Amino acid sequence: MSRDVEQGAPASLVRFRATGFNPKSNPVAAWASFVVVIALWQLGSSTGFISELAMPSPVAVAKALWQLIVSGDLWLHLGASLQRLVGGWIMGTVAGLVVGFLVGMFTWARSPGVALVSALFPIPKIALLPLFIIWFGIGEPSKFATIAFGVFFPTVINTFGGVDNVQRNLIRMGQSFDLPMWSVVRKIILPGALPTILSGFRISSSIAIILLIAAEMIGAQYGIGALILAAGNLYQTDQLIAGVVVLSLMGLCVSWLLGRLDRWLLGWR
Amino acid sequence: MRLHIKNVSHSYDQVEALRDIDFGIEPGEVVALIGPSGCGKSTLLSIIGGLLKPTGGEVLMCDQAKPEGCLNPLTYVFQDFALLPWRTVAGNISLVLEDHALAKSERDDRIAEVLAQTNLSDFADAYPKQLSGGMKQRVGIARALAVRPAVLLMDEPLSALDAQTRILLLDEFSDMFARTGMTAVYVTHNLNEAVRLAHKVVALRRRPGTIKEIHAIDVPIKDRVEGMPELIAHEQALWALIRDEAIAADKELDHVA
Repeated sequence: MSRDVEQGAPASLVRFRATGFNPKSNPVAAWASFVVVIALWQLGSSTGFISELAMPSPVAVAKALWQLIVSGDLWLHLGASLQRLVGGWIMGTVAGLVVGFLVGMFTWARSPGVALVSALFPIPKIALLPLFIIWFGIGEPSKFATIAFGVFFPTVINTFGGVDNVQRNLIRMGQSFDLPMWSVVRKIILPGALPTILSGFRISSSIAIILLIAAEMIGAQYGIGALILAAGNLYQTDQLIAGVVVLSLMGLCVSWLLGRLDRWLLGWR
Repeated sequence: MRLHIKNVSHSYDQVEALRDIDFGIEPGEVVALIGPSGCGKSTLLSIIGGLLKPTGGEVLMCDQAKPEGCLNPLTYVFQDFALLPWRTVAGNISLVLEDHALAKSERDDRIAEVLAQTNLSDFADAYPKQLSGGMKQRVGIARALAVRPAVLLMDEPLSALDAQTRILLLDEFSDMFARTGMTAVYVTHNLNEAVRLAHKVVALRRRPGTIKEIHAIDVPIKDRVEGMPELIAHEQALWALIRDEAIAADKELDHVA
């Protein structure tokens, strides 16, 4: 049969054209990229290609980090930073969720809410830190306020965007079964908006870390930002980079925690 | 429960969708709403179900006769199933019972009962994404039956399904109506579904939607089978009734596209 089909003009193979545009993740390659970058960095430092004064070697950074750990200074700085990060993020997130739900659900809140958020969101929040210092003093409240304010806006935007994206037919279904409003919110709107809200958490946590460091560079005795600033002032670049490494690890931990939260709450996907 | 759709009219901004619709639905009666695209069938069903406020007229429940244990007299079955993807099959059914004063054991009994009725007992813990279209619609039916409705409002429940599943579910609906004597309003584009399931078919004109004819089908539902000559004759009569308007609607949609 197939031989009959091939009779006549010479056959040519149909070329496969659907290659590419399908990237896959490879954990081994991800880890290997770290190893390669650190090895090249160490090689540059050992051969004198990279000046030790401008950029300390990975070994020097590791030693500085170890020194911070054994002296206990790291925990002092890290503890202060985490307190500010968690406190500020929770305040901004709770306020952002409440306002986001109001803007997403009620006509009376929609227009003023969207207008105010659109006007205030683009302001670099760090520019308001001096104002917060005047309002709340140089101590902790101004740092919490800066982080909370920065977290608030992306949370509002993602929350009302998430509420908007909940399929209207699911809400109508709830109403058609006479579900009370609170049940529609709790059992339909909140879970339906959760994927967008959780992606907002990733953005707001990154913003929180940036604002934390900026706030700690003004009038803080302890905190990773204060540690980095002090190390820079004293040209202790090994300690400075050690602080940056701690920040990177902090970011990775936050991302991992949010990933766990995502899997726990959105396992149905 | 007897319903009276009394002089119902509805306009969306400047567009008059329905004008002066008036008919009754008797207890145990299945009424199909048919008509060309844009004639306001789904709008009318939303008004009957209390999901849309008419700009004129009203829908009256003429008596309070409800099935025993009825929690929601007018209950919807949606075209696109409207299942919560984060809840299991049992969870989706439980959703509509949770806010009522039912003991947990009674709620569980109702869920088990409707799962058995819809042949879903083995799928109680499955999520909607794991189910086929037909199974999803069975969950929609099970959810509606769980509240023991007085009137079932079905908005093109088979239109999102493939042809084979549609045949299977059509038989199941026919069996359910014949067995339970349930009152229902059934919106459809498909005349075959209308003549298989309905005691009377309300044919609507378009722009604005008005009643063109109320067509009675006097063959008992339990005796109806696919290809039955009487049903074919009814289907042809209904097609003759709406054909010209269906062609006009098709041309208008082409023009818009």
